[in-house]
Amino acid sequence: MTSSSRELILDRIRAALRDAPIVGEVPREYRPAGTDSADLDVLIDRLVDYKAEVYRVSAGEVAATAARLAGEGGAVLVPPGLPMEWRPEGALTDDGLAPDRIASAGAVLTAAAVAVAETGTIVLDASPDQGRRIITLLPDVHVCVLRPDQVVASVPDAIARLDPRRPLTWISGPSATSDIELNRVEGVHGPRHLHVLILDS
Amino acid sequence: MRIAFFATCLADTLFPEAAKATVRLLERLGHEVVFPFEQTCCGQMHINTGYQREALPLVKRYAQTFDRYEVIVVPSGSCAGSIRHQHTMVASSYGDAGLAARSESVAARTYELSELLIDVLKVEDVGAYYPHRVTYHPTCHSLRMIRVGDKPLRLLRQVRGLDLVELPAAEQCCGFGGTFALKNAETSTAMLADKMTNIVSTGADVCTAGDTSCLMHIGGGLSRLRTGVRTVHLAEILASTESS
Amino acid sequence: MTTFLGMPATAPRGVGHLRGDQPFPRAAHDALGNSQLRRNLRHATTTIRGKSGRVIAELPDWQRLRDAGSAIKADVMSRLPDLLVQLESRVTEAGGVVHWAADANEANRIVTDLVRQTGSERVIKVKSMATQEIGLNEALEDGGITPVETDLAELIVQLGDDKPSHILVPAIHRNRSEIREIFLRAMPGVDPFLSDDPPALAAAARRYLRETFLSTSVAVSGANFAIAETGTLGVVESEGNGRMCLTLPDTLITVMGIEKVLPTWRDLEVFLQLLPRASTGERMNPYTTMWTGVTPGDGPQNFHLVLLDNGRSAVLADTVGRQALHCIRCSACLNVCPVYERTGGHAYGSVYPGPIGAVLSPQLTGIEDNASLPYASSLCGACFDACPVKIDIPSMLVHLRNKAPHSPAERAAMAAAAYTMSRPRLYASAQRAVKMARIAGRRGRGLPPPLSGWTAGRDLPEFPKQTFRDWWAQR
Repeated sequence: MTSSSRELILDRIRAALRDAPIVGEVPREYRPAGTDSADLDVLIDRLVDYKAEVYRVSAGEVAATAARLAGEGGAVLVPPGLPMEWRPEGALTDDGLAPDRIASAGAVLTAAAVAVAETGTIVLDASPDQGRRIITLLPDVHVCVLRPDQVVASVPDAIARLDPRRPLTWISGPSATSDIELNRVEGVHGPRHLHVLILDS
Repeated sequence: MRIAFFATCLADTLFPEAAKATVRLLERLGHEVVFPFEQTCCGQMHINTGYQREALPLVKRYAQTFDRYEVIVVPSGSCAGSIRHQHTMVASSYGDAGLAARSESVAARTYELSELLIDVLKVEDVGAYYPHRVTYHPTCHSLRMIRVGDKPLRLLRQVRGLDLVELPAAEQCCGFGGTFALKNAETSTAMLADKMTNIVSTGADVCTAGDTSCLMHIGGGLSRLRTGVRTVHLAEILASTESS
Repeated sequence: MTTFLGMPATAPRGVGHLRGDQPFPRAAHDALGNSQLRRNLRHATTTIRGKSGRVIAELPDWQRLRDAGSAIKADVMSRLPDLLVQLESRVTEAGGVVHWAADANEANRIVTDLVRQTGSERVIKVKSMATQEIGLNEALEDGGITPVETDLAELIVQLGDDKPSHILVPAIHRNRSEIREIFLRAMPGVDPFLSDDPPALAAAARRYLRETFLSTSVAVSGANFAIAETGTLGVVESEGNGRMCLTLPDTLITVMGIEKVLPTWRDLEVFLQLLPRASTGERMNPYTTMWTGVTPGDGPQNFHLVLLDNGRSAVLADTVGRQALHCIRCSACLNVCPVYERTGGHAYGSVYPGPIGAVLSPQLTGIEDNASLPYASSLCGACFDACPVKIDIPSMLVHLRNKAPHSPAERAAMAAAAYTMSRPRLYASAQRAVKMARIAGRRGRGLPPPLSGWTAGRDLPEFPKQTFRDWWAQR
């Protein structure tokens, strides 16, 4: 059934395009990747605007900051490839943990792949220092560490850096909804708190 | 300049004052106005109601009537829009390539009144005098189809004695939409109600626009509610002088 | 309806949600009289227009992005068969399984069978227009499978036993206090002292769905785009329910209209800028998930992509109408539409309301089944200006009206008017006769239908003593 539907649909589309529409070159006159240099102040402004909290820290301060943000008695969950110097003492490493263990963590601490200044977006690509997608989803607090060289100016810059074969999660602020009277309200299913630690260069 | 005048069927039949004002204004500015009697209607109502084939003779008539003129003026944004954006399409779908080319050529020489004054005749101050509080409704086809921008407002700002007040939510449709006003009369009236509320809120005595069609709709509502606000075509304001 | 094999076909009747029960003017009548609905719609559309306008103004190249978006979509349509075959190869290489569904019935059957094979009796769903269009929830229920909508607005609609009324915010017709009432009435285990504060309502949904997310092994989603070059799919969302569905279950089934394919990874740099700003009025939506087939050890280990025609090939066959397939479902055209703002989405009958619905639904079903929709517009053109991919909706409405069935009475009247107007002498005498219409009553009151629609709310102008052409002749 399905294989014949494949041919049926393709035949229908070919018939629909009998007029052989001629389409010109796509005009890409918008600002392409590499137009602007990344501005950390813009990133911070946009992150804060969408209710993320931003901290400027040194690499040595990451662990303590994450532990504090996890709250009293809250475990800090980390992906297996997180740099050792960032790991808080007693951190819980994801080595295939069950969802309920992940959900009960006080915070999850990860690196990121890229951040987009203009939109206030952080992108995770599931590298070893970011881990499986589930670990940044179930805990209520996500602490994300950014190196300044990971910040790009615009969406085209980010697309140029990312590898589409990896699972990608683009995050702009904490979980939110616009479903009630079309106003943005933070805090639905994803982490309700997003903390971004920007490392000193 | 010799200017051919397309009055539009609506102004010709129901709002002759707007058409007469256009003639008086252009003559006062020193131009020669010609009114070819073979003209009737641009066919917009037919085209927008789904009767393109029936509109073909009207499209053909417009092209034939006005092909011999260099500059054509129409005191209606939506008729100008239909002529410029729809005639060639109807001509090529239901007529022939020759008519399509002719329609395209005539369309390029057809101007809405404020476009003619500012772009072609290069005049903003037409020497008008109109001592009333006026609000301007930018009709949808003037605004978004032929893109007259702020040209009507620039003309109005130069009118002596005129107190121009800004219309809230001006760019929202008044709800006319040709046969939309009949086929979806209730929705049309709901849109009109909001437009009237905004007009009345300005405290203006007069609501003006560049289309008799929208003004007929808005004026019909303002009259039904006895708001005391009247509708006047832009041409009538621009044609007024201290002696008139 | 006869379908010829291999010829473009419209969406079948009797399944899905593309056809309303009554023509638009009749459906609009009830909505126009509902003052709560009118207030909710006015508030929501005014809010979103302001938000969207502000973030669009931040981008210096918005118009150039629109130009690119429009051109990319036109390019996609022109070589759709090749792109779909390429997408199929890439998804398959990455460990996914691709299915082709000619119409709603086939898509529903494919999804139901796939769920049955997993043994699960429940699926979690990410909001998706394609699955609403085909009536997947009803089909799953008929197959003994419970679909749980996880998007907040969809949940409000599902719990309220209601219908969606907006592409982006299906519960836009509800305000906070109505949502509170629905939750109190229909959400199991809800706090009886729940307030109508939006964060409290969002938190209630979080609590209610948490356990379901963790215990359901199959998810069904739509897709905002699919990249032919890489086989990558993407879902753009806000709440994190999408991430839950796309990450936690063992099996993910994605139903996607064939028009959603994009040629290259790079094309996303255009649409990821256009969509959020036009849609929710945000610089970027909170979450976007992109996945390519199956990633071992991360996310669903079984991935099925169902490519849906269901009338799209028929839309594509219309050289003017095919632009409707460029739509990226942002709903900006709804938010700026003066008709939508007053009637809401239910009046359109189809799951695709507003201006884009008025051009898409009649083409998907064949115009006979949605003949009133192309007329549900004053042709004001606000939708065209707002559309991030520059779909010329007003021109398409005019085009579809030309294809719509007309009543014999209207056709006769239009033909008579055209006949008269193409003969100047006859026209001039008809003008004089119009004056005689005053006998219909002072200022036209008491005109027969359809002209009575005019006089119900407006006066007719005073008839002038003299037409312009008579004045000119005497001058």
